[in-house]
Amino acid sequence: MRIIDEAALNDITLGSTVLGAGGGGDPYVGMLLARDAIRRFGPVPVVSLDEVPDDANVAFIAGIGAPGVLIEKLPRAAEYERVLQTLERFTGVTYDFVCPAEAGGLNAVTPFATAAPRGIPVIDADGMGRAFPHLEMVTPTLYGGTATPCVFIDEHGNTMYLETATNSWAEAFARAAVLASGANAAMALYPMTGEQAKKWLVRGALTMAQDIGRTIREARVAKTSPVHAVLESQSGVLLFAGKVEEVDRRNERGWTMGTATLSGLDAYHGRTMTLHFQNENLAAERDGVVIATSPDLIMAMEIDSGEPIPAEEIRYGYRVAVIGLPADPHWRTEAGIALSGPRRFGYDMDYRPIEEPVA
Amino acid sequence: MALRIGIDVGGTNTDAVVLDGRRVVAATKSPTTEDVTSGILSALTEVLREVEPSQVSAVFIGTTHFINAIAQARGLEPVAAVRLATPPQSLLPMIDWPDHLRDIVGDHFYVCPGGAQFDGTPLNVVDETALRDVAERIRESGRRHIALSSVFSTVNPESELLAERILLEELPGVTVTRSALVGRVGLLERENATILNAALLELAGRVIDGLEQAVASSGIHAPILLSQNDGTVMTLERARLFPIFTIASGPTNSMRGAALLTGIDDAVVVDVGGTTCDVGLLQRGFPRESTVAMSLAGVRSNFRIPDVLSFALGGGTMISGDGGTVGPESVGFRITEKALVFGGDTLTFSDIAVAAGATPMGDPTLVADLSPETVKAALAVVGARVVHAVEKAKLRADDTPVIVVGGGGPLLAVVPGLEALVIPENAGVANAVGAAFAEAGGEVDRVFNLEGRTRVEVLDLAKAEAIAKAVEAGAAPDTVRIVDAEDVPLTHLGGGSAVHVRVKAAGPFARPAATTSAATTSAATTSEGN
Repeated sequence: MRIIDEAALNDITLGSTVLGAGGGGDPYVGMLLARDAIRRFGPVPVVSLDEVPDDANVAFIAGIGAPGVLIEKLPRAAEYERVLQTLERFTGVTYDFVCPAEAGGLNAVTPFATAAPRGIPVIDADGMGRAFPHLEMVTPTLYGGTATPCVFIDEHGNTMYLETATNSWAEAFARAAVLASGANAAMALYPMTGEQAKKWLVRGALTMAQDIGRTIREARVAKTSPVHAVLESQSGVLLFAGKVEEVDRRNERGWTMGTATLSGLDAYHGRTMTLHFQNENLAAERDGVVIATSPDLIMAMEIDSGEPIPAEEIRYGYRVAVIGLPADPHWRTEAGIALSGPRRFGYDMDYRPIEEPVA
Repeated sequence: MALRIGIDVGGTNTDAVVLDGRRVVAATKSPTTEDVTSGILSALTEVLREVEPSQVSAVFIGTTHFINAIAQARGLEPVAAVRLATPPQSLLPMIDWPDHLRDIVGDHFYVCPGGAQFDGTPLNVVDETALRDVAERIRESGRRHIALSSVFSTVNPESELLAERILLEELPGVTVTRSALVGRVGLLERENATILNAALLELAGRVIDGLEQAVASSGIHAPILLSQNDGTVMTLERARLFPIFTIASGPTNSMRGAALLTGIDDAVVVDVGGTTCDVGLLQRGFPRESTVAMSLAGVRSNFRIPDVLSFALGGGTMISGDGGTVGPESVGFRITEKALVFGGDTLTFSDIAVAAGATPMGDPTLVADLSPETVKAALAVVGARVVHAVEKAKLRADDTPVIVVGGGGPLLAVVPGLEALVIPENAGVANAVGAAFAEAGGEVDRVFNLEGRTRVEVLDLAKAEAIAKAVEAGAAPDTVRIVDAEDVPLTHLGGGSAVHVRVKAAGPFARPAATTSAATTSAATTSEGN
């Protein structure tokens, strides 16, 4: 067990922006929410999966919506404080631990806004090892875990309790609700036991976010390239370096969707790249050829400072390196690719691991 | 002959240069005065000894007055921040501000129902009664400046407009700065900039009155243009309402000036003023810009501005008796009465540097008996601070040249540990040179209905229009370029085919011969930055 202080929170915030793979929502907003909770209720312990008893009750806490929305319609503490006890009211179960559904983006830290007032620990794990735009795209789905019973709470005073036939139905209903509500809400979902959590989840996901954040921070101090430092420490691949020429972005159907087009710099002079995003960057197309797709992580970082730039913030003129990081092994299976690979998002193409050279 | 005048109004000095093309015809430095006007007038009088006022085609002014005010939390007015959202909010206005600024500008904020959803439909009905109550509380607090923000006012400003009307009805005579006019998407960052703008309005009014009077008294009848954050210029009328758009012009001007004076296009630029030191990176002749979140003296914004590290060090920075404490207080423009070398009673960085052998100023004998330990201790603190900032500004551990400009620049020559600095001739007036080379901008900021066109076609149309506007404002056609382009789909309008396009083009003013009329046009057509 360890205690997360504000410095650790800052590293997690920076690293979770990289793990957000372009989406996941602005972790700065999440950091403010978590910091506020910690200041009001005291520090939050973080435990490894091994420290969780098999018979413990665990639930994911996550915000759902569009990253381009939550920087305006800011999340509120009230929803994160209430969401778990509302799930308990319906299920009659008391939850002993909360866990991030996704370590990418603001959901790496939203569970702290629930854990702090409740005085319970956060588990150092997640269901993605990154961020994904659909709530069924979590590792528990691969092993028969169910998204429901779950609870959805928005800032307008609406609460929804769901029991669905499949996790895809849970996504469909929750997405319809979040769209109706204005694309930002809090959820408690995927109730599971400690035993299940140990089998299903991506271990050490918060530590991974913190490590990436620290890697960037230390590279900046050492005057070395933060982009290269991240590539090296995470076995990543440089996909492109270029200047943003055009951004086509809209908040649509409950997501932030669109493309960013880049023209090449330096070694990539004369070449182009298009990033396709649906909250997260899902495919990277270089000179018209798709060279990286989900579930591998595709992320833009400012070339010099290594500042990770989410899809909702990428702007004309930014000079970015586009990097690819390998997805967690849970995803690089037939079932994993079926659930989160390119065809799942409507791209007529096969998944190709990012480290394989382009033909 | 068409000459341009560049003026830089700093916290300590007011500099003026007369330029014929890139040639510095005349340059002067005089102390910034409390009323601003007389300092500018004396600088102008000085440079106009060499040329006729009628030869001047345009006066370009840059000022760090406003960022200094924020950095020192001085001259700021208290602000009432009103946010239209869903109450109660957790991430409140000024949530991540430095305490010393919040103490002066804030803690008066109010959240009322209002705002828009992402698609422009109402988030909450604006509650008129609640707003009139808020107005009553603002009246009781005595605050005269309101910063009004609203969720997704970038998509639909109706909540802000309605609230503005109600607040002004209740509180005639107050000012209201609306966030939709100040910033882009990102409520906290836009609201921060809006609050700072409101806090600066009175100061801006006084400063701009001063600029106008000074130029008029000097006999110059040419357009006056003020540098803004993105390196283009705006009119004084606009600057009165949106001083926040000038907030980062100092670094832009000093870095552009450093490049123009040295011919070096890639360097770390250290600008030492009277109060603060700005360190930034010059890439290909232009300042490196911030990406996502940029801090304005500790306040997060999403303005597109030079990535500059500012810290409290300048010629007027106050030093403790043992030399161990350097700043952050500065005697500012009172240096010529306060500093020891000028017969004052306050130990400043200028005194330390002169005692250590820097270019003399005032009466060096007045610091002759300063204890060598004090001098050594102060120089060590200064050296460590500058080296740290230069290292931080550099992106790679290489031999990037370091150019030092600004009135206090030559003082650094005596600081141990700072070797191989490039200190150009006229280093002291680099900001004024940079200001004179501010660019002409052209902006398109409006809603387009697609009407069967693709958004790419509409964007191209807007880009061409922005370029034409920049050229009309004086930019040389062969160098004008698009510096920013953004479109926000407005799904609540026009059957889903409306899009809010913001495009900005900029380019250097054409040769002076051509700018006489063009600069006049620019005063009418250039608009907001960022």
